[in-house]
Amino acid sequence: MTQPDSEHIRDDRYRAIRVKSTLEDAKLPEMEILADVRRHRFCEEAEFAIKLALEEAMTNAVKHGNCNDASKQITVYFFVDDERAEIIVCDEGCGFEPGGVPDPTENDRLTLPNGRGIMLMRAYMDEVEYRCNGREVCLVKLNKR
Amino acid sequence: MPSAEHIIVTKNNGINVIEFNDRKILDELAIRELGEQLQDVAESQDGVRILLNFQNVEHLSSAALGMLITLDQRVKERKGALKLSNINPQIYEVFKITRLNKLFEIHESAARALGAF
Repeated sequence: MTQPDSEHIRDDRYRAIRVKSTLEDAKLPEMEILADVRRHRFCEEAEFAIKLALEEAMTNAVKHGNCNDASKQITVYFFVDDERAEIIVCDEGCGFEPGGVPDPTENDRLTLPNGRGIMLMRAYMDEVEYRCNGREVCLVKLNKR
Repeated sequence: MPSAEHIIVTKNNGINVIEFNDRKILDELAIRELGEQLQDVAESQDGVRILLNFQNVEHLSSAALGMLITLDQRVKERKGALKLSNINPQIYEVFKITRLNKLFEIHESAARALGAF
C-alpha cells in the first residue's frame, strides 16, 4: 500500500477510511464525514460544499488518479471540529500537475462534458491544496456559523 | 439488473416535461443511468422539445453537468430545444461558476420555460 506522504496525516486527530477504488465504494466515506460535519453544526451551505467537493475528489481519485483500477485503493483522512473540516483524499496513481488543467470556462471548452471537478472544489471550499505530485488533495471548509 | 427510473416524463402541448426522482444528482453510476434515460427522450423524435424541471433537485456534481451538456448536444443534433427551470439558488451558483448559465436556457419557473418554446 502506498503510504501518504503528508507528515501531518500522522496527527492523531485524523481518522482514516480506506476504500476500494471503484465508483461504488467511493461513496462510502461521505456518510461518516457528513455525520461529523452535522454534529459540529456547520451551516447548510457548508454541508452542500463539502458533499460536492468530496464527490468530485473521490470521482477524480477513481477515474483519473487510480485510472479505474479496482485493485488500487483510496484513503481518506479527515477531522472535523467546531472551526473547520479538513479532508484529505489520497489515491495510488502517478499524480498530475494541477496547474496544467485547462480552464473549463474558456469559450472553446464550455461545451466539453468533462473538466469541471477541480474548479468546483476550488469554488466551494476555503482551501484546496494538491500535494505529493497531485496524488493527495486536501480540502478545507471553515465553519462560519 | 434493470436500472432505477430516475425521471418522470409528462407531456405538455408536445413538450416533454421531465422531473427528477433523485434529490441528489451526484454519483457517476446514477448519472450514467439518468443520462441514458434522458437520451431516450432526446432521440424519441426529430425536433424534440424538452423541459428539465429541477424543482426536486438539491445537489448536482460536475458529472451531472457533463451529462446535461451531452444531452444538449444530442437535442441540437435532432434540431430540438432544451430548457431548464426551477433551479434552486445553490445549484444555480454551480451553473454560474462554470459559466454554463450561458450555455443553457434557464427559466425561473416551468410555466415561463413552457411559454418560451
